[in-house]
Amino acid sequence: MSAPKGGGAAWTEERGARNEGRGTREGGALSAPEAHRRQSPLLSARTARRTKTIGLNGIGLLVALITLFPIVWMVSTAFKPSQEIYSLTPHLLPAHPTLGNFSTVVSGRASGIGSVFMFFRNSLSVTLATVLIASLVSLLASVAVARFRFRFRASFLIMLLIVQMIPGQALIIALFVDFNQLNLLQNLAGLIIVYAAQALPVSIWMLRNFVATVPKELEEAAAIDGATPVRIFWRILFPLVAPGLVATSIFSFITAYNEFIVALTFLGQAHQTYTLPIYVTYFFGRGGAQWGPIMAASTLYTIPVMIFFLIVRRRLVNGLVAGAVKG
Amino acid sequence: MADTVQRQAALPPEHRTRGGSSLPPGAVVGAFVRRHKLAPYLLLAPALGGIALVLLWPLAQVVIFSFQNYSLPQLTGAAPTQWIGLANFTSTFADPEFWLSLRITVLFAAVVVPFTLITGTLVGLLLNRLGRKMAAFVSTAALLAWATPAVAASVLFYWLFNPDGGVVDWTLSKLPHWLVGSTNWAGFNWTTTGALQAYTVLTILVVWQAFPFVAVTTLAGLKTVPAELYEAARVDGTSPWRMFWKITYPLLKPIFLVLLLLSVIWDFNVFTQTYLLTGFPGNRDEFNLSLYMYDKAFAGFPPSYGLGGALALIFTLIVLVITVGYVRTSVRQGALT
Repeated sequence: MSAPKGGGAAWTEERGARNEGRGTREGGALSAPEAHRRQSPLLSARTARRTKTIGLNGIGLLVALITLFPIVWMVSTAFKPSQEIYSLTPHLLPAHPTLGNFSTVVSGRASGIGSVFMFFRNSLSVTLATVLIASLVSLLASVAVARFRFRFRASFLIMLLIVQMIPGQALIIALFVDFNQLNLLQNLAGLIIVYAAQALPVSIWMLRNFVATVPKELEEAAAIDGATPVRIFWRILFPLVAPGLVATSIFSFITAYNEFIVALTFLGQAHQTYTLPIYVTYFFGRGGAQWGPIMAASTLYTIPVMIFFLIVRRRLVNGLVAGAVKG
Repeated sequence: MADTVQRQAALPPEHRTRGGSSLPPGAVVGAFVRRHKLAPYLLLAPALGGIALVLLWPLAQVVIFSFQNYSLPQLTGAAPTQWIGLANFTSTFADPEFWLSLRITVLFAAVVVPFTLITGTLVGLLLNRLGRKMAAFVSTAALLAWATPAVAASVLFYWLFNPDGGVVDWTLSKLPHWLVGSTNWAGFNWTTTGALQAYTVLTILVVWQAFPFVAVTTLAGLKTVPAELYEAARVDGTSPWRMFWKITYPLLKPIFLVLLLLSVIWDFNVFTQTYLLTGFPGNRDEFNLSLYMYDKAFAGFPPSYGLGGALALIFTLIVLVITVGYVRTSVRQGALT
């Protein structure tokens, strides 16, 4: 964008002008072009605008590159042969890219506890089961909260707000003791129960707004036409709250896919039940500085969730940010 | 407010039951549900059950454990559980490691929260003024940092700051001394030298992961500010700094308040990143409160769920105090309507 050529640049220019019209609201960091313009009154407004656009784009580029650098370094290390990883003068990109790190991760040779695909399958099962259960249960509860007025409604809502803030590490001790008695440690079912329940408060909180926006008249009309409540639920309410379900699914997906402390505590030494974060942690804790394979495993762990974020970015922003909930 | 249950009374009898069944048993249940207005409670039951089992009951247990000598023998049933009064609390308050971990936790939050909020707000303001393509590029970069799971990000930063082959040490060793001090940066160990060095890395890591959320939220708020306000201020020759504090900040204050409270809670709770970067259970002088608690409960010899419970209770009480602020803010902003 710093090379103003063609229609795209003209558009940028126009946009820059519009932005300027909206005022300079930033602090000191962005005031350099401003100062420049004041010093040169003969400079045309057009040139000043261009200087300002270039300055802003320069800062934007810098922010983006600094933010991206760790990710680029992770992927680049994953493709480097070990003599390049431990080279005295590291380079940004691998000179001789190799898939060797990935093949040791896939074969299970590098970690010694199994192929990355096994852990990927564990993570995927846990995540999908969590999303399904949490979506269904929170939809039912949000219908209750949005469509009915009942005695403990306000208390229930405040309870949700408070329990979502209870730190997971404070509960892990009791959860460990309980799930030990229930024989649910060292298997994926235990994780699914905990994750689904932990996702509920936020999911209900988000979904109830979506349910509340579905016009009651639609349901009433269907009821007059003789539709049963179950039919009304599936044919009218469900399709209309689907966007809300997508937003809550994103939330529970991220929670389950990234969760660390419960899996760490529950799964113990049962390697075949490890989810991806625990697998990466085990691999990392084994020492021996296998940075190539560790970065390959981290890349494989991270890429799916990055693609997922990019696909759902609009809903992510609308859903999570509107609810002021962090992913 | 008319509710679904009451509306069903207007329906022909064969359509009245919740299950959609016209069989007599279903109809009886349906009538019972209607008469006692049970529908909302039935809909809530699965959610309440899950929350009670996994969130509320464990919280109550933590309180109980904190007054008991609960440990491995009690877990396996080999020895009886005994009430020991405030012993877990007195031994916690007598432990210098507890006070050190509390100090680290508070200082870390005190540094990371303003860093995250300022960085995020500045990037949000920047995104609002960039052209469409550059804004998309910057926000995509931020989105990718945000998407990186905590475990992957922690392991990655451990590698970036590694003394053997890490790119940060290499870069610092190439920079002139007047810029980076006289420390011998080649082979500098960030994670074992001391808490200050380890938490420097942790600060960069947590800000990197958390600023995108603040930026995107701020941007969403900025889109709602009428442009005329800034135009009027510009005509009056107001400086950008003044415009931020006189226009942007007052209008976005509710958003900033929620972001502040959430950030305090999140940064107080940091576990994954500190666990991995301090090399748990080594480096005890780098424990934050979460690590200290986890160590007492699971890594001690023997593990003490009682001590862990006492700590979890202290920890939860601190977080709940902050949460009360969050809940009050949410309720005042009309969250319950």
